[in-house]
Amino acid sequence: MTCSMWLQEIRLNNDKRGDMMSLSNAQSESVIHPSDEDSFIQGVKDCIPTLLGYLSIGFAAGVVEKTAGLSIAEIALISFVLYAGSAQFIAAGMIAVNSSATAIIITIFFVNVRHILLSAALSPYFRHLSPLKNMLIGSLLTDETFGVAINKAAQKRNISEKWMHGLNITAWLNWVIANLAGAYFGNWISNPEKFGLDYALPAMFIGLLVLSVLSRKKIKLDIFVAIIAVIIAVGISSMFSSSLGVITATIIASTIGMVLEKWK
Amino acid sequence: MEVRGAILLIILGTALVTFIPRVLPLMVLSRFELPEWATRWLSFIPISVMAALVGQEIFMADGKLALSTGNVEILAAIPTFLVAIKTRSLLATVLSGIISLMVLRYLL
Repeated sequence: MTCSMWLQEIRLNNDKRGDMMSLSNAQSESVIHPSDEDSFIQGVKDCIPTLLGYLSIGFAAGVVEKTAGLSIAEIALISFVLYAGSAQFIAAGMIAVNSSATAIIITIFFVNVRHILLSAALSPYFRHLSPLKNMLIGSLLTDETFGVAINKAAQKRNISEKWMHGLNITAWLNWVIANLAGAYFGNWISNPEKFGLDYALPAMFIGLLVLSVLSRKKIKLDIFVAIIAVIIAVGISSMFSSSLGVITATIIASTIGMVLEKWK
Repeated sequence: MEVRGAILLIILGTALVTFIPRVLPLMVLSRFELPEWATRWLSFIPISVMAALVGQEIFMADGKLALSTGNVEILAAIPTFLVAIKTRSLLATVLSGIISLMVLRYLL
């Protein structure tokens, strides 16, 4: 990119920022009549398609936690404060075999460190909020809420705080309820796979992937980046661990996308 | 119906190491105007993450590569992708995925 283009880009960005500031001013003035698109309730509604996927995974997590010897109170606590799918399965498994607290905590850190990338990718859309408010939004960040929020952002310049809380809190409560349901009723339901419910989660990720690609006008490049990510994720995951697979795939595929887009 | 001390320590510890990567970039990066290459890089993260998760879900079983024709999860992905592209609706996609897999398991 030449220097003048670069300067133009900066000027464009500044203009956008100006727009955003006037937009957020407009928003704070219209607090009494928030637009429906940005409301808490709309966030709740936009969460609905993801509920089924996490309901079945949360149910399974509850069953595993119960068999690992956790009490109902402990299951409620872990799903409220840890609030992370694969991490809770792994923690329960490690508790069941009497791993040390240090080993469990270090493992869970590596399993969940990918959230750094999700949190970073969302950060440009929450510039209008204070660090404390950003902390509240980030504390309930998951793969699914990230996917829904980033698709919402594709249609707009920034994301409404209320909408994000509606999305986050709905997903959070759904997760806790699913875990508790699994803990209570786990031994009654023998074969949820028969109904294809275990496919709700992959189907949700497929939907979020397709929506992400369609919302941008870089279809060829995006499909290429997605294929690279799949190959790396599957390769690394089968050799090492699935969390390392996701992190490596994301970093490498995003870098390839960035470089190719720049040189085109 | 109780929370044991050792378990409480594990839950709080794992929650803390999960909380930090979740909130830190949002709290810190939203303070700065990022350079152009960084925003460009971040813009590819959603696609990379979702593709990686889809890949793991459909091409792997129990931590191993599962590319056989008996892997119905790969077959079920085809109608699921088509419905996603056609409808652009997350709910329709999830439902069609569930139904596709149920039908495939019944038939195969």
